[in-house]
Amino acid sequence: MKRLFSIFSALTALLLVYGLYQALLGAPTERTMGSVQRIFYYHVPSAWAAFCLFFVNLFASVVYLIRKNLKADALAVASAEVGVVFCTIVLITGPIWARPVWGIWWTWDVRLTTTLVLWLIYVSYLVLRRFSDSAQTPTLAAVLAIFGALDVPLVYFSIWFFRTQHPQPVMGRGGSLDPRMLHAFLINLLAFSCFAAMVCWARYRLEVLHREVEEAHAMESLAGGAAKASLPLNRSAQ
Amino acid sequence: MNAVKFLFAAYIATWVIHGFYLGTLVRRFSKLRQQLKDLGKAPRD
Repeated sequence: MKRLFSIFSALTALLLVYGLYQALLGAPTERTMGSVQRIFYYHVPSAWAAFCLFFVNLFASVVYLIRKNLKADALAVASAEVGVVFCTIVLITGPIWARPVWGIWWTWDVRLTTTLVLWLIYVSYLVLRRFSDSAQTPTLAAVLAIFGALDVPLVYFSIWFFRTQHPQPVMGRGGSLDPRMLHAFLINLLAFSCFAAMVCWARYRLEVLHREVEEAHAMESLAGGAAKASLPLNRSAQ
Repeated sequence: MNAVKFLFAAYIATWVIHGFYLGTLVRRFSKLRQQLKDLGKAPRD
């Protein structure tokens, strides 16, 4: 498993380097926005990765609620945390792109606001996981995750349902991309998807290890408690 | 020229965030491994 992870990590690193090359040098410069449009090759794949991770979180949360499977719960925590990292990147690269193009860093437009709400929901999910010790925490967090995931389609479809400053999709029904731009975009989409999977995998292993340590601590405490409890008995036996 | 600054700011911000997060993962891994090792040693000590 470790070897597979190393191979996957190496391939992901190569894809990311090639994706960076394509984004900065391979793709042509866009006519109206100029070089700043190249932020697109990081902004959109980061959003895609965040959405995928939030869907993994939804799936794992539903599995946990139905089967009380602890592995599913660990996967839910891992995917939410990594999803928040990618969503943070979306919320940072978006305003950096907006400033030279729109003339403003931020506007309370539907796409931007729903993305911020999505980020806040998953941050609250992580805060709940981090600071609540109750046995009910995984169940409460799983329910919160289901509500959080409802915001994902709202973010995605908001540009079609509402008048918004955010541009329409450049592919599919919204328009088309230059083939070299499309190539750079697809490479980065693949690279970011692999990177998100790799980091989520690592975070899942960390979560499993964390639970092992907690279990070992609990066992040690129990053994210590049992030894203390048996001490007077031993003395009385002597 | 100014637009290039924004472009690099976005790319650098992306990798700084990922680098920072990967760094925290590595630190948490080594801390937990150490704890597990210590717990494993505890009965022998």
